[in-house]
Formats: sequence, C-alpha cells, structure tokens
Amino acid sequence: MDNLALLTWLIPVPLFVAFGLMALMAYGGRLPKPTATAIAMTGVLAALVLALIVFASSLRLNLNKQPVGSSFPWLATGDTTFNIGVVVDPLNLPFVFMVSLACTLIFLYSTSYMANDPRYARFMTYLCLFAGSMLGLVVSDNLLTFFVFWELMGFCSYALIGFFYNKPSAFKAAVKAFMTTRIGDMFLMLGIVYLWSATGTLNFHAIMQNEDILEHLVHEPALIFGGLSAATVIGLLIFGGTVGKSAQWPLHVWLPDAMEGPTPVSAMIHAATMVSAGVLLSLRIFPLLNATLAHVPSGMGTAFNVIGFIGAMTALIGALIAVAQFDIKRVLAYSTISQLGFMVAAIGMGAYVAAAFHLLTHAFFKALLFLGSGSVIHGVEHGHHHLAHAAPAGHAEPTGHVVPADDHGHDAHDAHGTDGHDAPSEPEFDAQDMRNMGGLRTRMPVTFITFLIGGLALSGFPFITAGFWSKDEILGAAYQGLTEGQTLHTVIFAVLVFSATLTAFYTMRQIALTFFGVARTEAAANAAENPWQMTLPLGVLSFFALFAGLMNIPRQIPVIGTEWLGNLLEPTLEASIKVIGHEHAAVFSFVPMIVSIVIGLLGLSVGWLIYGAKPLAANQADPVEKLGGLFTFLNRRMLWDELYRAVFIMPLQWIADNYSRIVDKGIIDGILTGGYAIGGRFAGLLKSFDERVVTGTSNKVGEFFRDLGQSGRELQTGRVQEYLVSALIAAVVMLAFFLFIQ
Amino acid sequence: MISNILSLLWIVPLIGLVLVLIGPNDAKTVRWGSVAFSLIPLALAIIALLSYNMTAGAPQFQMVEQYVWFPQINATYKVGVDGISLPLVALTTLLAPLAMLMSFNLQKNVKAFFALFFLLETAVIGAFVSLDLILFFVFYELSLVPMYFMISQWGGDNRRYASLKFILYTMFASLGMLLAIQVIGVASHSYDYEYLISAAGRPFTGANVVTLIPAGVDWRIISFAAFSIAFALKIPIWPLHTWLPDAHTEAPTGGSMMLAGILLKLGGYGFLRFVIPLFPEAASQFAPLLALFAMISIVLGAFAAWGQNDFKKLVAYSSVNHMGFVAMGIAAAAYLGGSAAGHAGEAAPAIFANAEPVITDITRVTGASGALLQMITHGLSSAAMFAVVGIIYDRAHTRDLQRFGGLWDIMPKYGAILVFCAMGSLGLPGLAGFVSEFLVTRSGWSAFTLLTILSMAGLLVTGIYVLKSIQKVLHGPLAAEWAHHPLADISKPELLAVAPLMVLMLVLGLQPSVILNLINWGSQQLVMLAK
Repeated sequence: MDNLALLTWLIPVPLFVAFGLMALMAYGGRLPKPTATAIAMTGVLAALVLALIVFASSLRLNLNKQPVGSSFPWLATGDTTFNIGVVVDPLNLPFVFMVSLACTLIFLYSTSYMANDPRYARFMTYLCLFAGSMLGLVVSDNLLTFFVFWELMGFCSYALIGFFYNKPSAFKAAVKAFMTTRIGDMFLMLGIVYLWSATGTLNFHAIMQNEDILEHLVHEPALIFGGLSAATVIGLLIFGGTVGKSAQWPLHVWLPDAMEGPTPVSAMIHAATMVSAGVLLSLRIFPLLNATLAHVPSGMGTAFNVIGFIGAMTALIGALIAVAQFDIKRVLAYSTISQLGFMVAAIGMGAYVAAAFHLLTHAFFKALLFLGSGSVIHGVEHGHHHLAHAAPAGHAEPTGHVVPADDHGHDAHDAHGTDGHDAPSEPEFDAQDMRNMGGLRTRMPVTFITFLIGGLALSGFPFITAGFWSKDEILGAAYQGLTEGQTLHTVIFAVLVFSATLTAFYTMRQIALTFFGVARTEAAANAAENPWQMTLPLGVLSFFALFAGLMNIPRQIPVIGTEWLGNLLEPTLEASIKVIGHEHAAVFSFVPMIVSIVIGLLGLSVGWLIYGAKPLAANQADPVEKLGGLFTFLNRRMLWDELYRAVFIMPLQWIADNYSRIVDKGIIDGILTGGYAIGGRFAGLLKSFDERVVTGTSNKVGEFFRDLGQSGRELQTGRVQEYLVSALIAAVVMLAFFLFIQ
Repeated sequence: MISNILSLLWIVPLIGLVLVLIGPNDAKTVRWGSVAFSLIPLALAIIALLSYNMTAGAPQFQMVEQYVWFPQINATYKVGVDGISLPLVALTTLLAPLAMLMSFNLQKNVKAFFALFFLLETAVIGAFVSLDLILFFVFYELSLVPMYFMISQWGGDNRRYASLKFILYTMFASLGMLLAIQVIGVASHSYDYEYLISAAGRPFTGANVVTLIPAGVDWRIISFAAFSIAFALKIPIWPLHTWLPDAHTEAPTGGSMMLAGILLKLGGYGFLRFVIPLFPEAASQFAPLLALFAMISIVLGAFAAWGQNDFKKLVAYSSVNHMGFVAMGIAAAAYLGGSAAGHAGEAAPAIFANAEPVITDITRVTGASGALLQMITHGLSSAAMFAVVGIIYDRAHTRDLQRFGGLWDIMPKYGAILVFCAMGSLGLPGLAGFVSEFLVTRSGWSAFTLLTILSMAGLLVTGIYVLKSIQKVLHGPLAAEWAHHPLADISKPELLAVAPLMVLMLVLGLQPSVILNLINWGSQQLVMLAK
C-alpha cells in the first residue's frame, strides 16, 4: 500500500475516532461543551487536512488508469473473498474536496449556532459520525461499503432530525425520513445483491471499467422483468436508492419535514450534503446505465427514460411547491428537491458530466443558502428574545404570523429553549416565517450579501455564478435530445425550462421577502448579525458559489472554458462506450445558453416586480395567495402526504394492528385449539369404548388417549401440567440412567 | 489442548447445577457465584474456537470423542464440532452468564432458578455437540425441561397457559422426529451422524432402503418431513410460531434471552446439521416451499411486531421476522436448482424458484453462512433487546408502550443503549445483523428471486417496528406518569450484561471475519456434502 492509499484510508478515521471518544465520554457524563468543540473540530480539521493532501497529490495522477487505493478481504464467501477498500478515482476526487470542506464549515458554524443548546455535545457527536460516514462513502471503492456508510448517514439523519425528540413533529419527521429512504434502500439492496451475484464483485472499478462484465450484463436477460437486460434491472434497482436518498418523486416527501432538525445545520446536512450521496450513487453506476444503450436502436432505452422522467417530474414538483411556501427553510428544501431533479434528469439524458457538475456547484450554493437561512433565523430570534427580555412580562409577544396549532413546529424554540420563553399558553412566534421578516439587509449585511450570492447562483444568474454554468449544461443536454427528435427529451427540456424560471422567481421572492422592504415584525427590526463562526463559512461558500463554475465551463467560451471536470470524467466511460459501439457525444450549442440567460433573468425580474418593487407590508397577504385553490394545493405540498397516508400507511397500519389478533390468535390458534378439543372428544369416546368393551384390561394406548383427552378438557385446571411435568421428569431420569449407568 | 473438551463443555454446567443446589443459600452468593462459574464453559468454548483447525484437508469434525453407550441399538456417545456447531456453542456459553446477570432481580427461589439455568446450558451445548442422533435427541428434549419450569414458575400472569403451550407444541413436534430417528436407525443400523452422511450410511439410499409396512411409503420424504416440522416449529416458521410470543411474554427476562438467543437456534441448526445433509434431494425439492414460508414469516412477523403495544411481545415477534431470514438462507443452501433436484417445480410453482444455471455453490454457501451468521447475530441482538425490555419492566412494572414516552430525559444511558440495540436489531450496517441479512438476501436472490423481493417488504416493516419501539419509549414529552416516579438509569450488573452484546454486535458488524471464516468453512463442507 503506498502512502497516498494509506492517507485515503485515514480520511474518515479522525471523525470516527472523535465520534467514539465523544460517545463514550458523553455516556460517562463527562463531556463539557469546550471539550466537545475541541474534539469535534480536531477531528474534522484532521480529516480536512488529509483530504486536501490526497486531493492535491491525486490531481497530478492519471486516476482513470491507476486509481489510488487499496483493499483487504472482509467477507469469506466460499472459496472467494469479498474485499473492501478505498479509492480515489476521477469521479470522487472533486467530492473528496467538496465534502471535507463543507463538513468543516458546518462544524465551525455549529459551534456557534448550537452553543446554547443543552445537548450541544450530543449534537456534535452525531455530526462527527455523520461527517465520517459521508467521507467514508465518498472514498469507498465498492458498493457494499458505500451502502454501509449510506445507511450510517441515514441513521445520523434520523437522529438529527429527531434531535428535539420531545417534540412530536420532530420524531415523526425523523421516522418519516428514515422509513421513506428505507423504501429506496430496499431497492438498492436488491440491486446490490443482483449485481454481486451476477458479477461476483461489487468493486466500482472492476465492474464499471470492465468491458466484459458490462457486455455480459447488457446481454443477459434479467432474472425478473423478463425482456429487460440484467444491466437495466440492476441499474434501476440501484437507482431506487437514489430516489430515496436524493428525495426524488415519489419518495420526496421526507426532505421538507427533515427541516425539523436543528436549523440549519441539519438542514444543510439533509439538503446539501447527504442528498448528494444519492446522485453520487447514480453517477457511480453511470457506466452500467450507459452500457444499456447497446441494445437501444433509437432513443435512450428503459433505464435512462425512467430516470429522466422521474428527474423531470421531481424538478417540476419541487419548483411548484417552493413557490407557495412561507417557511424560509421549506422554500430551500423544495428548491433542493427540484435541483436534485435537474441532476437526475441529466443522468436520465446521459449527461454524466453535467449531472456531476451541477451536483458539485449546487452543494456549495445550497449549503450557503441553508447556512444563510440559519443565520437569518438566528438573527430574528435574537431580535425576538431581545424584545422578550426588554418588554414587561406578558406584553412581550410581538405581532406577526403565528404557528397554527396543527402546523409543523419549529426547532429553533427548543434549540434555545433554556430561555423559557415558549410557555404553551402564548402563541408561538415563528422565526422561520418569511412574512415575519423583511428589511434584514441593513440589520444583517454579511448574511444578506452572501445569501444574495447563493440565491443568484441558484437562479442561474448569467456568467458570474456557478449555478448558471452547471444548469446550462443540463439544459444543453435536453436541448440536444430535442434537436435529435427525442420526444421525452423535448418534454424534459420544456419542464426544466419552466422549473428553472420558477426557481429564479421563488428565489427572488425569498430574497425580497426576507431582506428587502421594511421589517414586518419587531423581532425582524431588532435582528442582529451573527458572530464570525457563522459568517466565515458563509463567506467561504460564497466564493465557491461564484467561482466553482470554472471547473467545467465549455471550451467554446474563450479564456475561462477549460472543461476540467469533463476531461477528468469522460475517460471513465470508455469501457461502456466500447460496449455501446458508438459515442453519444455532447454537442455544444449556444441556444440553450441563451435560453438559460433569458429564463434566469425573467424569473428574477418577475420576482422583483412582485415582491421587491412593492414590498409586502405587515399582515398583508402574499400575492401568491391570489392563486386561490392552486395556492392552497401547492402550499399543502400537492397533498402527497395525505395521499400516501390514505393509500399506503392507513391500510398497512390496519394490517399491523389486527394481524396477530385475527390470524395468530384467531385462525391459527383457533384451529390448533379446535384440533386439540376434537382430539379430546375422540379420546373421550375411546375411553368409554375402553371402559365398556375392553373392561378390566389395561390398555396403554387407551390410557394415553384418556390422559390426552383429560388434558384437553382440563387445560386451565393445571392438572395436565403436573402430568406432563412428571412424565418429563420420568423421561429425564430414564435418560440419565442410560447415559450414566449403561 | 484440553482432551475431552466437548464433554467438559456440557458437564461443567452440570457441576454448576450441583454446586448451586448444595451451596450456600445466600441469594447474592448464588447469583454472582453462578455468573462466575458460567465463565468456565465460556473459556472452554473460546479454547475450542481457537483450537479448531481450518487448514486444507483438516477433518470436518474435530475434538471428537466416541464411547460405547447403548450397544443394543448401536447408539454411541459421540461428540464433535465443526464450523456449524462451534459458533453456536460459543454463543450459548456467552449468553448464559449474561442472561444470569439479567436475572438478579428475581427474588423467588433463586437457587432453583440458577440451577435450571445450568441445566439449560448443559442441554443446549449437548445438543450442539452431539454427533449421534439418539444423543442429540436426548439433549434436545432435555432443553425443554428447564425452559418449561422457568416460564411456569417464574413467569408472568398467564404463565400456565404459555408454558403448557410451549411444551405441548415442541414435544408434539419432536415426537415425529423421534420416530424418524428410529426409522433411520432401522434403515442404516446406526445413529452415528458421520456414518449417516457418508455414502455408505446415508439412510434410504443404496443398501439402506427400508421395507417397512406399509410398503410403498417413501420413508425418505416422511422422515424428512418429520425432521423439518420439528425444526421449523423451533425456528419458528409461520404458521407454527404462535407459541413463541406467548412463551416470551410470560418468561422472565433471563429466560427470554436464552429462549430467543439459543433455543430457537436449535431449529436452524437442526436444518443445517440434519435435514440438508441427511435428505439432500428432499431438502432441495421442498426448498422453495421453505423459502415461501420463510418469506411469510419475515413479512407477517414484521407486521405482527409493528402491531404490538406490549414491548416484549413486539420483540418476541421480531424473532419471527429475523428467524425468517435464517429459514430463507437455509432454503437457499438446500436448493440445488430446478433441474438438478430431479423434481423441478413439484413442490412449489416454478415462479418461486430459479433454474439451474443461476444456482452456484457460492449461492448455497452464502445461504448457509448467512443463515448461520444470522443465528449468531440474532442471538446477540435479540438477547440484548430482551435485556433492554427487562430493564424497563423492572422499573416501571409495565411493558405497555402507550404508557411510556420521553424516558430519554430521565434515563439517558438507557436511552443510548436502547437505540444501539434497536439499531442492531434493525440490521443497521456497521452492526452485526446487516452482514447476515445481506448474505441471505444475496443467496435468496439467486435461488428465489421473487420471494426475496417480497421479503424486502418485511425488512422495510422491520424498520417501522424498531423505530416504533424507540419512539414510544424514549421520544415525545416525558409521560406524566413517570415525571414524578423515579425510574433509575441502567445499573451496573445490567450494563455488564448488555455491554458484551453491544461490543460483539459492533465487532461482528465491522469485522465479520472474526466468526465468518469459521462459518464459511463449515458451510462449504455442508454444501460439498449435500451435492
């Protein structure tokens, strides 16, 4: 094992060590806050340093030919072993950098954001496990350990969403997130076992870069869904994992509820980092998907079409719902769903590089937006508390939108619950409702500038933001399909263009409602900027939100067009392209770029005209509410939750609640008890036959049945017990006799 | 290293039994003395594990002892271990002291209780090491006695019904097995397991065909069925499982740990040790049927667990769910593929099972080792879960999940342990249960694709009931009932009982080869045998 491989092994280790240390110390009740901060920060910084060294050293290497890494046998399977190991290859190289940097920034941010929480140490402990798992997932060289870390992250996500476990909305959201993603995970697990049994390995390199294996999978008919190839079925099963983890329709419902976690750190985890793992998974198996084109005369074939359809659906649904939300985090959550839909749609159109590109840029600017929203919430709460302490008791409640009793609760109150301001009789002030904000640009200037940068990147503001370049490439792929006359791609193109316009619109709405106009509540008027631990990460992320696009600007653009990412990734598809026999090369066109520019600016302008030019006044209805029924439908998230509840959850719950009573106690035990009673009757008959006909003779069979019959009748008297027990003891004594005497 | 180590393994607990009975009456001495004494079998088992030789060409059964015992019927005292029985022996010796630790709160008749524990350990170890059918049967039946008394004497309110149901069910099922053993004796003139699985000794084949009355009866199938039903009931496989929730609910904590952790394993062990090697053709022929019932157990066991509001019953039903994976792995290990079995699709519709080319030795080996590893990991996780249930029951005197809530506030350490053990039970990767479920799923996929897909639905619901138990106990606002009722956090002996299980769950999850190498070795030999 060379040094670089060793360092790669070590990347996640400091975080797991930190986790173990903190878990044990916390168990012993000896983990004060400064210690927790020190251990966690040491862990994450060590991981960052290792990751940067590995990243920088690997840049010089030809990773496609010779990936860095090593493995060792983990499972014995017959004569063979199943090896696990780590790898740095072209695909995960940028992620090693991005994930470790993002994690470090989250850690730093959390030390300030969560500082007043009584369970701070526990939070940092989970965070270490989470970050370690994410890094472990990134450097995994095989699908099995990828899955192990994937599930560990799922557990952390469950624990963090349900962090305020006293609150029903929090633990319900946690269970919902865990179970919804678990549906996808079951598909993924089947895909993994199928791939393993079909190829005998789960090593990414051994499968995805191996022409023979891909060829074999493409030509072999699937075990199920005959008519499809094994490659298609495996690809779609594994993609099921992406649908769950990356919150794709129809499993998207968990992500918005995940905002119950401590704002916005977990929100960032759930929305910017962990969900990336889902798309990364699909990118990992992309050569397999790509190879399925070998059998498709025209168009893209089943696997790609399913993925493309789901991605486009998700992009649209997320963008639509985001328009009608008031909660600052929920807008971002749905926006995340929508953007993940863009990436998945890109994969479904075979735009491998574009999907990876957008995944990377999105991670930066969405992390920025979430941390920014956390900063806003923190600032507004600060203002709220400021008031609560300043004003005489009982009159502290400022006006503004309050949380309806049945609405989702907000963690922020619990997060700072030590202040004791949330007495149940008072209506809760909602520090996350954008209607309670306004005018924050002067109160929180750093947050404003950075949030604006993130928002513009999300909207695809032309040329100067990373989001523009990556989104443009996805639209470019769809446009290419359109020019080639593919119906599905034409539809996807239209859907994505519409969704992108909506994205720019709701982003401007969000920025305007939050930062422009005048403060609509006292709390917003008294909001204050946060300490450096929270603003520094915003600054760093802003840098990447602006300039991360440079990694893959098309070479047709002069000076800055390097296509570094494309050059890095494209060689990894060589094997699959050999299987297909021809390359489906991306064709550059300025048309989609012009479309991107137009829709980005259009959405932003419309948003500004409605929300920025005429700022919302306090207690004034939001203009989107004029949409009436459509607004209600979108505001209530298109009623997906209600639908799932009625169609799946209720019937299954009914089965669970009644199964053991009806089937086990009723039918199975009923039959057995019935048989027992019949046996008893029969024995009774035999007994009377015995007494009347064979009088005087002692019949061993009769005796046996008589006793059995009695036990049937005297089930509850306990006499049968004595009989059985004495019989058993006799048996034991006899056996002991044989054992020892004979 | 130690001669007669296997005999010692079951005799030492018997000495413990005698010592408990004749020793001092002081409850504390009895408790700690029993725990300390039960470390001796554990040490012996570790020595046996370390001295098992896995180099190529080494005999399958090692540490073998054979003495004349019952010459009239050719039964001998013969013990020996291989990669299938040795891990289970080790598990037994591990769980015995831990289950004893969890029985410290029993006040009634302490001496008798701990004496029964030793008897149980003797019986189960004896059954695992026996290489003679009669000897196996003796130990197998003997294991029922202590468990019966544990339930009927130290059980809950409904203990009479539960203990009776337990013993009637299992005795009824083993009656058939006893007859089958006798028929095998008649056919092969021996009860020596090694002889019976050899080409010359295999019952009902070659020279060993029996002609009993009535003529024309296929004794092979009948014996196979008798064995299978006995072991299926023990595992237990749906619909033979209804004794289990009742027995568990009434049994004291230590008894439940042994019942779920060890006694159920006798069923899975019986399939791997006897059914598949003795009746390979019949086992293969009926494997799809077994897989079907395994799938039903997985799915319905999970649903049943989800529906429970009694914490202990929930955990009890989870055993049905988890042991279904054992059965699925066994079915995959037994299945030779459509054409090789000779009776393709006779026992079950073809849709349930795949044809020849997909079934490879690796499929069968992973099936067997997955089943065996699942027995070990379920032994750890179910024992841990029953301990966790017992801890809360000791304090709250209720197991009604509806009455708990928010207990994490007042029992933080207990909460962390509950979450850990529940996640182990859920099969979270990184903990032991995942590896075994994964191996079973892998083999199940190749052998019974559709059934494996359906059983994933059960795995999904596993998540629901595990999260339900965590949520109902720990989450939510602190239930008013306990706000002023002090519930103490976990105690030292309880921690001592649970911690080794947690450590092992983690170790086996991170580095399964610790035990999997041995299991894989045994599974390979099993698959070579039953070809």
